[in-house]
Amino acid sequence: MPKANCSTVKRDKRFQMKRILVIGYGNPGRLDDGLGPALAEKISTLNLPNVSVDSDYQLNVEDAAQVAEHDLVILADASTDAEPPFTFTPLEGEKGGLSFSSHSVSAPQLLGMVEELFGKQPEAWVLAIRGYDFNEFGERLSAKAGQNLEAAVEFLKKRLQ
Amino acid sequence: MSAKKIIIEPVTRVEGHGKVTILLDEQQQVTQARLHIVEFRGFERFIQGRPYWEIPVLVQRLCGICPVSHHLAAAKAMDGIIGVDQLTPTAEKMRRLMHYGQMFQSHALHFFHLCSPDLLFGFDADVAIRNVVGVARKHPELAVQGVMMRKYGQEIIKATAGKKIHGTGAIPGGINKNLSIAERDELLKDIDQMIEWSRAALKIAKDYTFEHLEELKDFGSFESNHVSLVRKDGAMDLYHGDLRAITADGETIFDHLDYQDYFKYIAEEVRPWSYMKFPFIKSIGPEDGWYRVGPLSRINACDFIDTPEAEEARKEFMAVTDGKPNNLTMAYHWTRMIEELHSAEKIRDLLNDPDLQGTDLVVKGERREESVGLIEAPRGTLFHHYKVDENDQVTMANLIVSTTNNNTPMNLAVEGVARKYLSGTEITEGLLNHVEVAIRAYDPCLSCATHALGKMPLEIELRDAEGELLDRKAR
Repeated sequence: MPKANCSTVKRDKRFQMKRILVIGYGNPGRLDDGLGPALAEKISTLNLPNVSVDSDYQLNVEDAAQVAEHDLVILADASTDAEPPFTFTPLEGEKGGLSFSSHSVSAPQLLGMVEELFGKQPEAWVLAIRGYDFNEFGERLSAKAGQNLEAAVEFLKKRLQ
Repeated sequence: MSAKKIIIEPVTRVEGHGKVTILLDEQQQVTQARLHIVEFRGFERFIQGRPYWEIPVLVQRLCGICPVSHHLAAAKAMDGIIGVDQLTPTAEKMRRLMHYGQMFQSHALHFFHLCSPDLLFGFDADVAIRNVVGVARKHPELAVQGVMMRKYGQEIIKATAGKKIHGTGAIPGGINKNLSIAERDELLKDIDQMIEWSRAALKIAKDYTFEHLEELKDFGSFESNHVSLVRKDGAMDLYHGDLRAITADGETIFDHLDYQDYFKYIAEEVRPWSYMKFPFIKSIGPEDGWYRVGPLSRINACDFIDTPEAEEARKEFMAVTDGKPNNLTMAYHWTRMIEELHSAEKIRDLLNDPDLQGTDLVVKGERREESVGLIEAPRGTLFHHYKVDENDQVTMANLIVSTTNNNTPMNLAVEGVARKYLSGTEITEGLLNHVEVAIRAYDPCLSCATHALGKMPLEIELRDAEGELLDRKAR
């Protein structure tokens, strides 16, 4: 699987002139689980051309409609086990149902729904930012997670600008 | 490594897991079924010490599934803390619009993406088919409608709360924005379509119930009390009202109670095998005083609905039981879709109300130390109770979430299904399917009732009279 090395990433020509969507998701009230929304907020302030930014607590079915309207989507989430500071990996759709009584969908399920419901196959990537503290309530990032966030923002900025 | 194997695994935000233990006696008959939910009470402690004005935003962190319900319940409680009993018309209507948007999107998600596979393919259908992708393949229009209805509800939330995440719309004493003409016109474009799709969804749920009525009478059904907010005139009111409780036959237990006094009438029992509490009506006691909440109870408890199409649907529903409460567990689906249509009608009416463009947004009153906020959340009555000291800091918070209110009923539904479908000492796929369908009827949201890590698989254990494990299956 191709993984990005943030120190060597250069502007990616494939990302030019595409309708790009960045969704950062997670719960900012659960410490490092807020990495996704924090990234979305920072990317949003850059006002990058052709880039739409959204954030939410979790992915859900209605995101499929939004993803279907873009050529390229980047889903940013916190990760407990990604290689620090982050990994950037291509995503393939998964055609499965929601779990027993789940009110959210996984990133692969979302992409599967985009194809199944809207007949679209946008290019999709997962930006998994390494976090460390998840099991308490609190609206703050750990110091290391904050550093990883900055690295992820710089990486995306170079790719998307 | 294949791209398909990407796994992101923090994920503290979503749901706990549903674990069911079925206990057998020495004759291998079901004696009890227990739905275990690991409740994490830390949130109430987390709130303590925070200034009261932060609470309506803070509580949204509690749940990524229904943050708006917590936002509004907390805002209502904080209205009381600052001594406000009556909002301005603009503030109340903006909050109502936000709430109906939340109800609309939540019910749409549940019906189209969680429940409709059960109804369309049958409870025994292979889980590989009985899911939203199965629906998309056989009924693509339904799956897309579900997505678009959910999206519409989210757009209403965004327009009223300011944003999807950390919405700040409701503040103590009012609201911090009105609805602009541009926002209104954008939402009006699609409302007729939303009403039409709601009618169609209601028809699916109604027709299914009529066609399977005899079968459903025996599917995890039981008589119960019902609790709901109702308006002063007895109308269904999802945003505000008084507490009403009725028996399974429709007799009044209490009526028009000011919910500020809920703790005088409702208590919570702790049972050793569950971290989740079991609420009950004090005057009846824990044994028989448990009750149901949510769409079924709201339709059973109200005298009428104040939107025409939903009222017609309510009458048709109540006619099935000659005007008495309907106690079928699976009737939750039908009533949920009556509420879906009601919410769409309410949204239409509110969008055409010029009060939403008013500029009188906030009122103030005299500070109080204690207040309760109640709201009818999608899954049922949601209680927020706070005490605030002279330094404006919260000193006590007690939350009874909808799923907790339905704790005993969910256990009974599972027990009923287990008695009917368990054969021998093996957990079959059929049993797993039926337990899943019974729990799903209540649309439990375990993320605010629990805070366990990970997704929410369903796990069933079968134990003998000595507590020895006989079988275990998970999905």
